Amino acid sequence: MIIRKAADIASSEITSEQVYLRRREFIGGALIAGAGMALSPSGMAAQQLPRLNYKPVARDADTGFYTPEPATPYADIKRYNNFYEFGTGKGDPAKYAESLSVDPWSLTVEGEVARPGVYPLEDVLAKLDLEERIYRLRCVEAWSMVVPWVGVSLADLIKQFQPTSKAKYVQFETLYRPQEMRGQRSRSATINWPYREGLRIDEATHPLAFMAVGLYGRELPRQNGAPLRLVVPWKYGFKSIKSIVSIRFMETMPQTTWVDINASEYGFYANVNPAVDHPRWSQKSERRLPSSLLSPNRMRTEPFNGYGEQVAGLYTGMDLRRLY
Amino acid sequence: MLLLNKLAVFVVGLLPLLFFCYRILADQLGPDAGKELVLYTGAWAIRFLLITLAVSTVRRLSGKSALIRYRRMLGLYCWFYATLHLLAIMTYLLGWSWSVFLEEFSERPYMALGIMAWSLLVPLGVTSNRWFQRRMGKKWKTLHKSIYVIAVLACAHVIWIVRSDYGEALLYSALLLLLFSERFYRWAKHKSPAARG
Repeated sequence: MIIRKAADIASSEITSEQVYLRRREFIGGALIAGAGMALSPSGMAAQQLPRLNYKPVARDADTGFYTPEPATPYADIKRYNNFYEFGTGKGDPAKYAESLSVDPWSLTVEGEVARPGVYPLEDVLAKLDLEERIYRLRCVEAWSMVVPWVGVSLADLIKQFQPTSKAKYVQFETLYRPQEMRGQRSRSATINWPYREGLRIDEATHPLAFMAVGLYGRELPRQNGAPLRLVVPWKYGFKSIKSIVSIRFMETMPQTTWVDINASEYGFYANVNPAVDHPRWSQKSERRLPSSLLSPNRMRTEPFNGYGEQVAGLYTGMDLRRLY
Repeated sequence: MLLLNKLAVFVVGLLPLLFFCYRILADQLGPDAGKELVLYTGAWAIRFLLITLAVSTVRRLSGKSALIRYRRMLGLYCWFYATLHLLAIMTYLLGWSWSVFLEEFSERPYMALGIMAWSLLVPLGVTSNRWFQRRMGKKWKTLHKSIYVIAVLACAHVIWIVRSDYGEALLYSALLLLLFSERFYRWAKHKSPAARG
């Protein structure tokens, strides 16, 4: 029998008190679900995603890799998403992302880089060890979550392509496949597909910048950006681009989707900043999800989403009110 | 029969609220329930506004003048859902903080439009009964014409908040435009013989 040290137990494996108190319901629910799966062919879709092997996060808040705040439940992270490729409703991605085929998946690497090419995703990840990060995620729409991701440090992922000294910025691109992504077929949407995002190279190689392939110890659900999504916890959620197919290293600041749609409302940096309101709503506070009708769970928003200690140095001397 | 029909309209008006209660009980609201309530009540306020305006149009086109009897209740439902919408915003988005409320009102035009639209609904709701109708005489009709201003404010409010997909906002505006054009057509037709004479 292996007795694990506390630090080896991933937070995703610890049963929260809330869940523990409702254990009988879960067991009952599991029995019903099991019976349902045995009876119906659609049970296949309800099957759990495969588990991943990864290094659990160390419970050390100084790095920013971990937060002791309660994680948003798995079910909520899976059913409340902004992924406009599948529709603008929060429930649309969970409803429609099943149509996306994520295997095989390849990553195009181009621009100011010594090793450009089209790489199968498994080759990109082959030499990297998966690890866990528990990050706050703050959406520009003033809601937030705490998410246990599994993935690799973006710096490590980038390093293997050997960016040249001319690589000052990185641009990422989401898959464009309208036959599988119904939102890309919408005629009233103002997005010029594919979705694009970008970072400065020093932001991209910062230890907190992360490339996720998993959630709650399992493979990433499609609605959360499978098979490969960016996670930049000190920036608004829209920077954390999903289902990435291309990484381009550039000398000049890349074009990004939300800046394209409305540059006065969304900036390239998009650092979480309670001092700079979105022109149409306040950024001073947020609703930490799950929030219910009886307990809205509103809290103050922190500069850099609470990661100022780690990342503020990246922006020394910059006027973040102007460069929002 | 009229009473029964009115009861039916009353129940239909309550259905959106009942459906929301069902979603609360069935745990279907998702993790951001407050925001869900805000969007839902707002959508039904503008839908009842359009339905109310449509009553007169349908009445004129179909010749069924009895339809007018249901208009007041539908209009009151618009006010009802608009009030729930405002209360939900105060509770879930602004946390009943008046300083935040004033800031939102002064700095966010769509918010100001929404609050203006709601404020204009108040006198319409209050004077919707027979007592006021009789007492105010001709002025009553003039006052209730402000529903057109409210409708324009409401549509602008919806368009202004769109992040990237204008679908639903444009549908409401298109319907409003249709209802307006019927009225304009009737007004122009009514006016032209008089102008000739």
